[in-house]
Amino acid sequence: MSLSEQEVTQIAYLARLSLSETELKDNTKDLNAILGLAEQLGAIETDGIEPMAHPLHMTQRLRADVVTEEDHSELFQSIAPKIGNKHYLVPTVIE
Amino acid sequence: MEWETVIGLEIHAQLNTKSKIFSSASTKFGQAPNSQACAVDLGLPGVLPVLNVEAVNKAIKFGLAVNAHINQRNIFDRKNYFYPDLPKGYQISQMDLPIVGEGEIEIKIGDETKVIGVTRAHLEEDAGKSVHDMFNEYTAIDLNRAGTPLLEIVSEPDMRSAKEAVAYAKKIHALVQYIGICDGNMQEGSFRCDANVSIRPMGQEELGTRAELKNINSFKFIERAINLEIERQQDILEEGGKIVQETRLYDAVKHETRSMRSKEEANDYRYFPDPDLLPVEITDELIESIKASLPELPVEKKARFIAELGLNEYDADVLTSQKSLADYFEIMLKDNEKNAKLCANWVMGELSASLNKYQLDIENSPISANNLSQLIARIGDDTISGKIAKDVFKAMWDGEGSADAIIESKGLKQVTDTGAIEAIIDEIIANNTPQVEQFKSGNEKILGFFVGQAMKASQGKANPKLINQLLREKLG
Repeated sequence: MSLSEQEVTQIAYLARLSLSETELKDNTKDLNAILGLAEQLGAIETDGIEPMAHPLHMTQRLRADVVTEEDHSELFQSIAPKIGNKHYLVPTVIE
Repeated sequence: MEWETVIGLEIHAQLNTKSKIFSSASTKFGQAPNSQACAVDLGLPGVLPVLNVEAVNKAIKFGLAVNAHINQRNIFDRKNYFYPDLPKGYQISQMDLPIVGEGEIEIKIGDETKVIGVTRAHLEEDAGKSVHDMFNEYTAIDLNRAGTPLLEIVSEPDMRSAKEAVAYAKKIHALVQYIGICDGNMQEGSFRCDANVSIRPMGQEELGTRAELKNINSFKFIERAINLEIERQQDILEEGGKIVQETRLYDAVKHETRSMRSKEEANDYRYFPDPDLLPVEITDELIESIKASLPELPVEKKARFIAELGLNEYDADVLTSQKSLADYFEIMLKDNEKNAKLCANWVMGELSASLNKYQLDIENSPISANNLSQLIARIGDDTISGKIAKDVFKAMWDGEGSADAIIESKGLKQVTDTGAIEAIIDEIIANNTPQVEQFKSGNEKILGFFVGQAMKASQGKANPKLINQLLREKLG
């Protein structure tokens, strides 16, 4: 498997990354090298092996349904670029 | 050309937990903006999600209620997209191994019963809320809702009309309230619906290209939005055009759907297992204990109403269609075990008509179940007639007090004193000689005239059975 420059452009768009011509070429090369490395795994017989969802052989611990958080909105909003009426403000998003 | 409509629904039900799915912040509705968005909900660096046990329990409850397979090992994935009300840049959801697998639910369309498949139901976190009209140049973000647990219930494309889609949505809506996992409040967004709609030539096996309708927040709008979309697709196909697979936003005010292009470009979510969360394992014991704690389901309740109370299928169906309605009816039954049919008639007749007229939900009924129950009991024990009961009902609706208080204060007690009724009847017989002659010459129907006169003279308070009996004795 290998990625075309067009596919890398699309991936960059989805990640909101802006790549120059050179960066696009370099990244395509690097990504394909990484994919090539992973490709070696293709040689292994994986039939009947359940895919792993997590490297740890453990299961999720669950939390009791209890509210313990307090309102720290002022502290959190002190580092926000822009706030108003207790809301976080962002450039207008129109749907 | 004749077209067949194919509809599948995606329902988002907010689970009514106290705290969020992955954090210990409150899920309470209507609080000061951002006062319930903690560091985890904001996606600040270094935080870790920890799964809420109640969200898991409630999802299992739903799965059991629709006879679904519970995936005892299920996994959380990241669904990646950028939007300002999604602080982490991804939503924690379930893709390959959802907690609830295939199930089914029955709907009723007229007299026909149809089984709708539930493909899956998975747990995920809700996003925050964007407010577009608060500031001119900014969109305002309130993240209180971010992290509220959602159960996304995906149906099979089994519905063939907007009516079926609404019937299915209502069934799920009633069910989640019956089993107590969601408050079902559509105005507050606790229960939301997206519809996948496509059409194909009648008889064709292959599905047509579908459009996904979003933002439908009432049952009325589900029907309207779907019918609008069917028309739009028919127009395009009949003019030789092609349907584009896209997301369309329903605008209830303008009654139109419009394309959400921005959504299309980002429609590559690059799901992958969330490394912050380990696989969830559900034990047989947990499933068994939840199964044992399930309340009576609507289908079971309906069957019981028919078998034990002698209600007909239609009445039982209507009375179990909403939990609140069934609860009301069952409170009435406590003192009216023998008058079940009468209770049903009053709830579905007088009460429903008045609620409709004033656009009230049964939860906000000015007449409580206990009060209406008292009224039915007074009809049942012959204190008042059904006709007088309607006047009492009106007075109760207007807040004049309990049934007994109104009957007492207005002197509406049915007259069962034979002497008093006899006196009235004697007078009527004396004053209506021609009618008496008619009855004696064989006109049975004229008896109704006498009953009417007697009721009128007693201002509706005489017991009709007694009047009939006495009339026959005196005339015959």
